[in-house]
Amino acid sequence: MKQVILPELGEGIEGASVTYWYFKEGDTVKEKDDLVELATDKATFNLPSPCSGALKQILRKEGDKVKVGEALATIEEQ
Amino acid sequence: MQFKLFDLGLIDYQSAWDFQKSVFLQVKVKQIHCALILCQHKPAITMGRKSDKGNILADKEDLQRLNIRIFEIERGGEVTYHGPGQLCVYPIVNLAYFKKDINWFLRSLEALILEVLLEFGIQAQTRPGLTGVWVNREKIASIGIAIKSWITFHGLSLNVKSSDLANFSLIRPCGQDIMMTSIENILRERVEIKRVKETLTRRWYETSNFARIG
Repeated sequence: MKQVILPELGEGIEGASVTYWYFKEGDTVKEKDDLVELATDKATFNLPSPCSGALKQILRKEGDKVKVGEALATIEEQ
Repeated sequence: MQFKLFDLGLIDYQSAWDFQKSVFLQVKVKQIHCALILCQHKPAITMGRKSDKGNILADKEDLQRLNIRIFEIERGGEVTYHGPGQLCVYPIVNLAYFKKDINWFLRSLEALILEVLLEFGIQAQTRPGLTGVWVNREKIASIGIAIKSWITFHGLSLNVKSSDLANFSLIRPCGQDIMMTSIENILRERVEIKRVKETLTRRWYETSNFARIG
């Protein structure tokens, strides 16, 4: 099981809000697919899937805040 | 670093948005390194991801009468207005060639605007914790971007002419009670968009953070 982690987005940026999930739980995703869109104050940022597999669990829903280093979802690698 | 320059002139929002996305793909597949798109829009209101519809003050009939369409787009930030007399700059930058840092990119755009305005004799400021450029208490430039695969799109708008500022009263710009200003308003003289474009592109290629690194 692989965790999807919010990476460093830039100096002074502690986190972001989830604005859109491109997939739902159970969907098959490919590595580098746009997985989730997040937003800081003036920027949106698409996080790609770190691997191919099944999107097992979404841990942060649209509207939720997430800090850098925290997990957004888990993917069962294939 | 090579930036391909596209000057689209006066163009409707949808066409410029489509064009941005096509150039984005060219940068993504490394057909071109990076790009700088300049344009002016026919009147349009755009809503970023953080937009609250309540910040559009005009009703549907007013907007129809003024022939202003609303676009819900993927950039960050709140609601803004675009129209002729405002220079829009959409840098399609692969940040992997520079610095994978959203704040670095935003601050670099602000620094560019400050430099350009200074050439016109305008001492502008940024505000800690906020994005954009102000001249005293009025805002002159707004920024809202989107990033996919560390490639940027959307960008900044800089108010040049004083003629079109009235339409900002149709919205609460950036979701705040902000007064907007323009280069012409500050200088109290006529300024051609062409001059601002030339200054901005020269600064982009010669002195901006995008000229220095990469």
